[in-house]
Amino acid sequence: MTFADLFHETIAALSANKVRTGLTMLGIIIGIASVISMVSIGEGAKKSIEGSIQGLGSNLLTVMPGVVQPGRAVVSAGRGSSQTLKNTDAEALRDIQGISAISPELNRRFQITAPTTGFNTNSTVIGAEPDYALVRNLITDNGSFITAPHLRGLGRVAVLGPTAATDLFGEEDPVGQSVRINKMNFTVIGTLQKKGSAGFFNPDDMIFVPLSTMQKLLSGDDYLSTIAVSVTDKDMMPIVQQEITALLAERHRVDLESPDFSVISQADILGTLTQVTTTFTLFLASIASISLLVGGIGIMNMMLTTVTERTREIGLRKAIGAKRRDINLQFLAEAVMLTFTGGLIGILLGWLVAFGVTKLGIVQTSVSLSSILLAFGVSGAIGIIFGYYPARRASNLSPIEALRYE
Amino acid sequence: MIEIKDVTKIYKTGDVEFQALYGVSFTIRDGEFVAIMGPSGSGKSTLMHILGCLDTPTSGTYFLDGKNVASLDDDALADIRKEKIGFVFQQFNLLPRTTVLRNVSLPLVYASVRGDERNKKVEKALFSAGFDRSHFLHHSNQLSGGQIQRVAIARALVNNPSLILADEPTGNLDTKTRTARL
Ligand SMILES: Nc1ncnc2c1ncn2[C@@H]1O[C@H](COP(=O)(O)OP(=O)(O)OP(=O)(O)O)[C@@H](O)[C@H]1O
Ligand SMILES: [Mg+2]
Repeated sequence: MTFADLFHETIAALSANKVRTGLTMLGIIIGIASVISMVSIGEGAKKSIEGSIQGLGSNLLTVMPGVVQPGRAVVSAGRGSSQTLKNTDAEALRDIQGISAISPELNRRFQITAPTTGFNTNSTVIGAEPDYALVRNLITDNGSFITAPHLRGLGRVAVLGPTAATDLFGEEDPVGQSVRINKMNFTVIGTLQKKGSAGFFNPDDMIFVPLSTMQKLLSGDDYLSTIAVSVTDKDMMPIVQQEITALLAERHRVDLESPDFSVISQADILGTLTQVTTTFTLFLASIASISLLVGGIGIMNMMLTTVTERTREIGLRKAIGAKRRDINLQFLAEAVMLTFTGGLIGILLGWLVAFGVTKLGIVQTSVSLSSILLAFGVSGAIGIIFGYYPARRASNLSPIEALRYE
Repeated sequence: MIEIKDVTKIYKTGDVEFQALYGVSFTIRDGEFVAIMGPSGSGKSTLMHILGCLDTPTSGTYFLDGKNVASLDDDALADIRKEKIGFVFQQFNLLPRTTVLRNVSLPLVYASVRGDERNKKVEKALFSAGFDRSHFLHHSNQLSGGQIQRVAIARALVNNPSLILADEPTGNLDTKTRTARL
């Protein structure tokens, strides 16, 4: 039997019952399209999270009070542990080699109002030093960031994130206007460029005041909620992380094994989030795989039905000289043709869905070659496995038995 | 050359056994034209199926051109059916939803006869069965009873088999069944 004949037979058989062929193919199309689009959504989420973590600042180490596992809540925050970091700790860190900038920070949530517009918002106010912008990769859009004189003089000045700026002032230019934080007036000296959310940390809706002002006037304590450390070189990160841990443990007189603070690197956060998104992708993919499996069962069902229906035909083919192999090949070709055509359309559709989801701005997607190969491989395998069994059953009948079949 | 000896056939349906052939023996030499006659249900079709290597006898031996058919495997039997035998079934068994042309081409598809040679053979067989081109593309369900019969005959002849087994090919009562060896 030549390839052309096989092709001819396959097309003839599949077009003999177009509705059934179409419906069976639809199962595979939906299965493959959902695998590809789901995986692309998962992968896209992963990429955008990685992107925004990178955007948080390069080579960033974060020192926090309490024992924090990245991606989870504070695990152990023993008595007073949230007040373990002091300004002097931040100063002490400056002696460590390989640190390019240090940003001690204190965060608090406050109700903020803009007297001129009457708008108000509940937002995180960050007490920061000038180096904050450097360490956290922030760029001012308008006006300036907090400067050293502001810090020394307990300046009542504020810098607004873009979302906070529009929340308080709408379309107006906030620079030069005043805002009330905790019943105190602050002059807006600048706004920041839009940065986008990093999932758990979004600088866009925050408001920045000098750290000294924050500690003395707003919160009344002199502890820190975070010390962000920028390391000169990526390769230095683990060493600097160790040194910071050792230094702070010594200063706080705590055991290295059970410190009252945590030093988290970007890699840690990235690792945890990658784990989360991988689980997420896997979850989506497994749901999609179920529909692929259902599609596969559809193919098997159709093959079983056609083989049974066409038993007499199989008998006749054998009677005029078809070998078992010819019969197997023919039914296999039908199943493979079905899955491959369905697979191709499914890939196209899945890709279109992914494209549409991105275009509509729902989530970022990224169609990976591996998901295409996987889906295609799975559909091919389904076709071969599910097509082979009924074909084998049919080709093993003797010609007369098959011809007598009713 | 066909030599069969003490061939019996017992059909089993569940626990019920039915013996259709009781020890048939005969020899047919090359070139002979033989007719097998008997009343309806006497086992003619059963015998033909055995001769056509479509079914196996329950006991007894069948030598075709000196080869013991019982010793051949599935593929070798398929080769014999393809190369030596043209079979016209009592029920004709045309492929449904398939054109006359394709029905007659089918033995050549499996015999890997292709291109011009295939077309020539198919046309020759169809012309000799009394068809003109206008019927070549008719589907099996668009044919008259006699035309179906002629397609079945053309299909049996198309690959010039040395043994033609025709199970009541004319459907008329005086030539019940014929075996023709050309
Ligand atoms: N698969 C089968 N199972 C059981 N009995 C069968 C089977 N095939 C044939 N028979 C029986 O064997 C007998 C012989 O059948 P066969 O078809 O060979 O008859 P025949 O001589 O060709 O008859 P006809 O002239 O009507 O075609 C019949 O009685 C039939 O009922
Ligand atoms: Mg009969």
